[in-house]
Amino acid sequence: MMPSFKSLAPVLAFAVVYAAVSLSITNSYYQLVMTLVLVWAVFGLSWNLLSGYTGLISFGHAAFFGIGAYTTALGQIYFDLSPWLLIPIAAMLGGLAGLLVGFPTFRLQGHYFALAMLAYPLAILYVFEWLGFQEVTLPIKRENPIAYMQFSDGRAYTMLALAMLIGTILLSQWIERSRFGMALLAIKQNEAAAEAAGINTLVWKLRAITLSGAIAGAIGAFYAIVLLVVTPQSVFGMLVSAQALTVGMFGGVGTVWGPVIGSVILIPLAETLNAEAGTRFPGIQGVIFGLAIVCVILVAPEGLFWKVRDLLRKRHVIAVPKPASAYPIPDRPLEPATVISPAPKAAAKVVAPAEIALEVRGLSRSFGGLKAVQDVSFRLRRNSILGIIGPNGAGKTTLFNLMNGFLRPDAGEVLIDGHNTVGRKPHELCEAGIGRTFQIMRPFQRMSISDNVVVGAYVRAKTDDEASKLAAEAIARVGLSAIAHRMAGELTTKELRLMELARALAGQPRILLLDETLAGLGHGEADEVVAVIQQLAKQDVTIAIIEHTMQAMVRLVDSFLVLDHGAVLVEGEPETITRDTRVIEAYLGKKWAAHAQH
Amino acid sequence: MTQFLEGFLQALFAGLLIGAIYGLMCVGLGLIFGVMRVINFAHGDFMMLGMYAAFYCFTALGVQSVFGNTAGPFVAILMAGPILALFGYIVHRALISRVSGTRTSLLEGDGHYAQLILTLGIALILQNGGLIVFGSVLASIRTPLSSSAWELGPFFDISIFVNKARGIDAVVSLLTMTLLTLLITRSRLGKSLRAAADNPVAATYMGIDVDRAHRIAFALGTGVTAIAGGLLATNYPFQPFVGLEYVIVMYAGVVLGGMGSITGAFWGGMTIGLVQQMSTIVLPTQLQNAAIFVVFLLIIFFRPQGFFGRMVERT
Repeated sequence: MMPSFKSLAPVLAFAVVYAAVSLSITNSYYQLVMTLVLVWAVFGLSWNLLSGYTGLISFGHAAFFGIGAYTTALGQIYFDLSPWLLIPIAAMLGGLAGLLVGFPTFRLQGHYFALAMLAYPLAILYVFEWLGFQEVTLPIKRENPIAYMQFSDGRAYTMLALAMLIGTILLSQWIERSRFGMALLAIKQNEAAAEAAGINTLVWKLRAITLSGAIAGAIGAFYAIVLLVVTPQSVFGMLVSAQALTVGMFGGVGTVWGPVIGSVILIPLAETLNAEAGTRFPGIQGVIFGLAIVCVILVAPEGLFWKVRDLLRKRHVIAVPKPASAYPIPDRPLEPATVISPAPKAAAKVVAPAEIALEVRGLSRSFGGLKAVQDVSFRLRRNSILGIIGPNGAGKTTLFNLMNGFLRPDAGEVLIDGHNTVGRKPHELCEAGIGRTFQIMRPFQRMSISDNVVVGAYVRAKTDDEASKLAAEAIARVGLSAIAHRMAGELTTKELRLMELARALAGQPRILLLDETLAGLGHGEADEVVAVIQQLAKQDVTIAIIEHTMQAMVRLVDSFLVLDHGAVLVEGEPETITRDTRVIEAYLGKKWAAHAQH
Repeated sequence: MTQFLEGFLQALFAGLLIGAIYGLMCVGLGLIFGVMRVINFAHGDFMMLGMYAAFYCFTALGVQSVFGNTAGPFVAILMAGPILALFGYIVHRALISRVSGTRTSLLEGDGHYAQLILTLGIALILQNGGLIVFGSVLASIRTPLSSSAWELGPFFDISIFVNKARGIDAVVSLLTMTLLTLLITRSRLGKSLRAAADNPVAATYMGIDVDRAHRIAFALGTGVTAIAGGLLATNYPFQPFVGLEYVIVMYAGVVLGGMGSITGAFWGGMTIGLVQQMSTIVLPTQLQNAAIFVVFLLIIFFRPQGFFGRMVERT
């Protein structure tokens, strides 16, 4: 996708203004500050690329930064290479380090990932101290300053750094818009759901950390050239990693402008304070710096960028109350009353060929002593709707997890078109045509319905354009086209459920596993969603849906599978199931089963 | 051979003694992490304040003149605990509670971003503020015990020397740990803390004030680590940036023990102490700390739930 002028304009404007300001500065100290602002902004962006977009917080970005810095220092001393060559080499080494670090560390989640990352730069730090690189000074090359990037005018460094920043911003923006960024955001939102939507999460995370490490390595290399002295503490130390976090989080996480804003405000503040009051009050800059951070986080815990954007948006919404009118096609959801006509399906059922879309044979899985699913077998006929019901803890969600590859069964097989799929990963099964929704919804609050749904389309789409086309189709199928531009944060539960459904549909699944799609909906709302699901079954989608209440389901499904304590209690058509004493027993207990008989 | 054995035993004892203090340090952080699930980057700096609190209680508040040079330091160190607990309570109430506990559901990433950056900000203020207030000169809580030792042995020509101050440090540390464990397991307060840690929502329904439980956990954790810091200060000189050196040891210990387990955190800290001291037998001294991180990484990969923890973070 070509970057539009709209997103390019602010970048160019920033570059022009920044270049003009820094070219007008003659004081060499302030020239250095202008360069450092850009260095930390790039470093913050590199951190943002991994941690901002995937939500996996890295405390260890100093590892890549330091590798870059030492690459230039040692490369110049021992091999007499030019920085023009060393910066790309540093980027390669940084990327390689990212890959090596990421591969084992991505097995960890949440806090464990964050803390494991902390250990890498610190371990390297001590190794470099032990190797005797306590203080490495870059050799001065007076005879050939340009080849060795040793400019007498500090503004040259600023311009180089600006070029690197613009490059990084454009790269980040491209990633944000492409399926790369969408995959990372999906991982941040819900890694399991991303995997189920056909995204190979490990591969995308590895790409992110490799790229992130490469950028950090390059800017670390540049930092060494600007300062001419490298010490383990100044490039591998915890404060270096903290610097990336600080500028990123202060400015706003998950956006290109966050680290830039954070850096532009914080770095000059700290440096100026250091220069003005540093001699009388050593550490005053740290105190003010810290206070600024604390104050901003209390006022805007998600960073300045988002706070300002939310404020602007709020004002915008008040000024223009009905933006919806701009969208011409009001393809409202199919009127529920007309679609939910119970019972005519019985006739169609006999005619339809009993083609099997999915078959489960003897599926079992235990967790320790708990037999979550035991010896479950059933068949899913093509274009039918199967309701899987059972009390809480009956093993319904575990069954889905076994069917779409989140869990490996202890025994049994899952056959799609006659092929056993056990052992395949969720994203592979998604490609094979199994879509899925989740009990817990975690939409991107600040993204529109369209952007939320497009994540699900990448598994089928080759290009970004194709993906947005598939997403638009899926949104139309659930009847949300009229509000497709709305932010997910503004939606009702019903609309969110439909959005989830659209995301699963965007990957054009043949089989759809729905996990409590009707939960938390009022009566009228549930009917609307039921109507949409019925419509899907008519459009060549086979559906299995989990609920623990029967009410709305009776009118929706063609047959029921009742689970209790992980095993199939009974299977059959809705009319027989609702009268089955065993089912009533499982739900209400023996006493009521006796009552229900009469 | 004898020489190796002697070196080995000496390192083992040194590891056990320093491990007892590291253990207590980790327990403080583990308590906060276990109950609140907040990564507190300023914890090392709270410990630094604890060191200075003990230092000034000893020298300026007259503890030295009342209790003398031998018992005085330990009295001052125990005083630092409540002082820092109060400080932690205030910091939590004024700052941390704004981005943690029941308010996190409104924030991006469950508030983790905000917590990290907030505690980083606090750490910066404490370190640099400490530099302004206390100066950069190395301070220490010296007692005559710091420079004398008990000799164990000789057994078969081998004798082990135990630094007296470190020996008493370890005993004080174990006592504090025991008291804390009793408080957590036996008292009503401890039960409410554990309930709040286990399931904040359910605890709220049971009438437990989860935010108050967090505040108390934060105060207790800070106080306990302050005592550990004071104990450390009898042997190691310190300055306002000392927290940075130890915050990593603390996190390594907490992760090793299994996040959320108090006993685990103690053994995690103990392991770090042992690894650090024992590694000197085979590795150059500069690589002592690198060894810690390598062990830390190995354990995180092969047993991410730690020694005592269970997997809590799932999809």
